[in-house]
Amino acid sequence: MSEIADKVKKIVVEHLGVEESKVTPEASFIDDLGADSLDTVELVMAFEEAFNVEIPEDAAEKIATVKDAIDYIEKQKAA
Amino acid sequence: MLQSAGANSGRRRVVVTGMGMVGPLGLGVENVWSRLIAGESGIERITHFDPSDLPAQVAGQVPEGPTSEGKLTLSDWISVKDQRKMDRFIHMGLVAATEAVEDSGWKPQTEEDKCATGVMIGSGIGGLQTIYDASITVHEGRAKRLSPFFIPSALINLVSGHVSIKYGFQGPNHSVVTACATGVHAIGDAARLIMFGDADVMVAGGAEATVCPLGIAGFCSARALSTGFNETPQKASRPWDKDRDGFVMGEGSGVVVLEEYEHAKARGAKIYAEIVGYGMSGDAYHITAPAEGHYGAYRAMRSALKSAGVTPADVGYVNAHGTSTMADDLELEAVERLFGDDARTLAMSSTKSSTGHLLGAAGAIEAIFCILAMRDNVAPPTLNLDNPSRESVIDRVAHTAQQRQINVALSNSFGFGGTNASLVVRRV
Repeated sequence: MSEIADKVKKIVVEHLGVEESKVTPEASFIDDLGADSLDTVELVMAFEEAFNVEIPEDAAEKIATVKDAIDYIEKQKAA
Repeated sequence: MLQSAGANSGRRRVVVTGMGMVGPLGLGVENVWSRLIAGESGIERITHFDPSDLPAQVAGQVPEGPTSEGKLTLSDWISVKDQRKMDRFIHMGLVAATEAVEDSGWKPQTEEDKCATGVMIGSGIGGLQTIYDASITVHEGRAKRLSPFFIPSALINLVSGHVSIKYGFQGPNHSVVTACATGVHAIGDAARLIMFGDADVMVAGGAEATVCPLGIAGFCSARALSTGFNETPQKASRPWDKDRDGFVMGEGSGVVVLEEYEHAKARGAKIYAEIVGYGMSGDAYHITAPAEGHYGAYRAMRSALKSAGVTPADVGYVNAHGTSTMADDLELEAVERLFGDDARTLAMSSTKSSTGHLLGAAGAIEAIFCILAMRDNVAPPTLNLDNPSRESVIDRVAHTAQQRQINVALSNSFGFGGTNASLVVRRV
């Protein structure tokens, strides 16, 4: 697993208070990990802070799963 | 037994069927009560932050530790995930409300019962530490990093909100903000909602958590806090004593479950007491100080006794507002004036000598103390009352608790802004 994926997973575990084993790439924040709309706002902020990236509103709306988050951040970092 | 009063006839009766508490003396109503009666103090040097820069360095903080030892382990009550979305005053309110609701045994299953159950838990100040932290984030130019949970974490009515969400109580959802009178107003107003038929059950009380730099500094600046007992914290809260020099801040929450009498009887609930009287007044005088003679307190008490249909002679115990400030003697004078000759047989104490002043939660925990005083026929003590600054015929229960027959008790709470509230409870 990449360093980014590892860090994303850690942030999700910490913010949503879920078991690490549940944070699979396919896991949806809202449907599988119990997040509500405010949780996802906070989660995106935490990603921005941790990876020093900007995630605009329209991009944030498309981040629904753990994999979505990892892919977006990896793309930003590669750019 | 007292007869049902004339002023009561025809109105729905309201009784207390559940109680919950967390504060400087610990977790749980029975634990706190036994420590209070034993004359213990919950005041200590502030540990929530380093108070060295401030003139007041003592407070009543909730002791942390195992639930089994009557201390608070927050994660036993609220998940770590949810804790982050709430200021500490909401934590306090949720803990006390959970104890009260579980104690009452009221678990509405039908939609109708859920809609007949409401919540009215207030706070004097709300999420002060949360507001402080968020202000720094904005000040540092990081406004876009402000947590989406900042507002719902700081809002006062969110204790009521969280309690309703936790239990599915869909009746009136309300909150009170009247500084240090909040707890009494919340219980009194909630009782009236039941009398008026808006609800059959109300979860009511107050919650506060302002033992934080901004809270202590703010009350210091208003010259309201004790500053002369930093080396001897347990001596700092000394209502009516000539050496008193200000109140001692406390944190925590008190919550009761109020229920329409027939509703409680029909489900075989244990009934602690009846809420029989409630009186309110405004000083229309000064933002922080009561007027000479404290006629506002007098009128609130008189109105509470009238609505209860009882006379001063019926009242066995008064839990005073008694914050350990200059105003203590004004309240004493008002009680003497109202009770007249009956003052000679009255016991009045200030439990703030033991717990400190829980601001918006004070009236709620003290209403619970009144109920327990009746249940056990015990008047809790006023600690540190070594040399009263004013003599009185009223027994202020100095130092040690007293066995007394108590069938009716009255609790006073007065707040900044000149708001006064009194509550009368009676044995059922």
